[in-house]
Amino acid sequence: MNTLTQIRFIWKPSLFAACLSPALLVVTDAFEITGDLGANPVEAIQDRFGIWGLRFIMITLAVTPLRQITGRNWLVRFRRMLGLFAFFYVLMHFATWLVLDQGLLMSAIAEDITKRPFITIGFTAFLLLIAMAATSTNGIRRRMGRRWQQLHYGIYVAGILGVWHFWWQVKLDTSEAAVYAAILAVLLGYRLRRSLQRPRGRRGATVKAPHPAGSRQGRTGAAGPAPEYD
Amino acid sequence: MLITKPPEFRASEITSESNYLNRRRFLRGSAAAAGVLLTGSVNGATVPTGRQASLADISASEYSTTEEPNSFEDISTYNNYYEFGTGKADPARHSQDFEPRPWTIDVSGHAERTGTFHFEDIVKPHRLEERIYRMRCVEAWSMVIPWVGIPLADVIRRFQPTSSAKYVAFETLHDPERMPGQRSRVLKWPYREGLTIAEAAHPLTLLAVGLYGKVLPNSNGAPIRLVVPWKYGFKGIKGIVSMRFVETQPATSWEMAAPHEYGFYANVNPDVDHPRWSQARERRIGAGLFAEKQPTLMFNGYGEQVAHLYEGLDLRRNF
Repeated sequence: MNTLTQIRFIWKPSLFAACLSPALLVVTDAFEITGDLGANPVEAIQDRFGIWGLRFIMITLAVTPLRQITGRNWLVRFRRMLGLFAFFYVLMHFATWLVLDQGLLMSAIAEDITKRPFITIGFTAFLLLIAMAATSTNGIRRRMGRRWQQLHYGIYVAGILGVWHFWWQVKLDTSEAAVYAAILAVLLGYRLRRSLQRPRGRRGATVKAPHPAGSRQGRTGAAGPAPEYD
Repeated sequence: MLITKPPEFRASEITSESNYLNRRRFLRGSAAAAGVLLTGSVNGATVPTGRQASLADISASEYSTTEEPNSFEDISTYNNYYEFGTGKADPARHSQDFEPRPWTIDVSGHAERTGTFHFEDIVKPHRLEERIYRMRCVEAWSMVIPWVGIPLADVIRRFQPTSSAKYVAFETLHDPERMPGQRSRVLKWPYREGLTIAEAAHPLTLLAVGLYGKVLPNSNGAPIRLVVPWKYGFKGIKGIVSMRFVETQPATSWEMAAPHEYGFYANVNPDVDHPRWSQARERRIGAGLFAEKQPTLMFNGYGEQVAHLYEGLDLRRNF
């Protein structure tokens, strides 16, 4: 079994299960199998989905630096799944807010999104994630060409907006939000430093290591980096 | 919900010398009160030192709501008590070793009787009452809580505040050794709160020493805390060690922390939003996962009893 097959049939499914487990834990806690959701279950569910959304944005942002530092290019093959899980958790966070917290009361929802800045920011990040999730397939990426990468730089914006949204909804104790802000600063700062150090080649081009067995070079369509993941 | 109108107790009655502070009439009463203060024998309310100990001789109150109270577990494990950590589950988790007795309370400021008093002597001259009150947190959730306590009005009357006493200021214990949350600088310690003298003397205002007929749990502010049901919960200062009669509006902790978000009056008001969220609705704890938020009531539903205190006051500016 070569590496690609291993990734496809062993590592990706394993990672998928691991990424899903926080959500499963929310369900099992809700039914009091594993723990419980406490006195305010709606708040607990909403907060847990939200924090995992933020964590997966950070994890997704950590893939490329890790890959560049360790030289392990196969890491990038997991990036899409991680990004989609970020979207999944943010979607669940939003759905919990919409349905359980706001009771689908559209007037209150519209008011909150427009009048409360921290919600406006969160909602914007959510829209960005929708756009990126919807354009995450190989086919769409090929067809969008250069514009795909432009859109998917949105993960940086989503990260910033996500941390900001989290920070701004804290009542007073911003210590946890400060940790995420610090992590984000490192992840973005690394990229900034790297892009300032390297000579300007193709826009945003990373130094591409040779693909593993089964190179896809031949399938590169329009201008833009070759598809780097399954 | 049937809450009869309490006997009138206007601000003028408290501060006017001719009335409330009629010294001759009052001194006669206070001689007895002084004796009671020393011997503590009149009503004989006692609070045992054991945790979860039962309280005896609790009388019912006309001020209690008929709404179903929240569970003891919810009330004692979902708390904002930053002295033990900022998470809702932290106070129950981190106050296990906290010993609320022995406990003393300093009474000072513009009053005839001041000094340091044992917790027992504060409570003994009174009768314990059960007050089932709604509690509305500024975070837009609420509970119904069966407090056991004594009216603050009766307590402060014993200390004979003078006409200069326009406000009562409270402080919580400041001891990072016993209260690990105070090692963080999230709030400026000790926790401070205050009421106008009229609010403090209102029949609804309670000094709570118990919950569900038992000694107040640590996570709820043992051994003694304030309950002001028509205001946001943060006005209900816990673990009181100081009560001071002052002339000017005292600084309060949340107002100091975020003055554009938390005010001195903090009256529950669905028409005045928190800068970051609406106050029009609230989540009733214990109503279930799929329960809708319910509309917030002006003065948390105690308007009939307290609205007169704020006649002419702009409640949007004085939030």
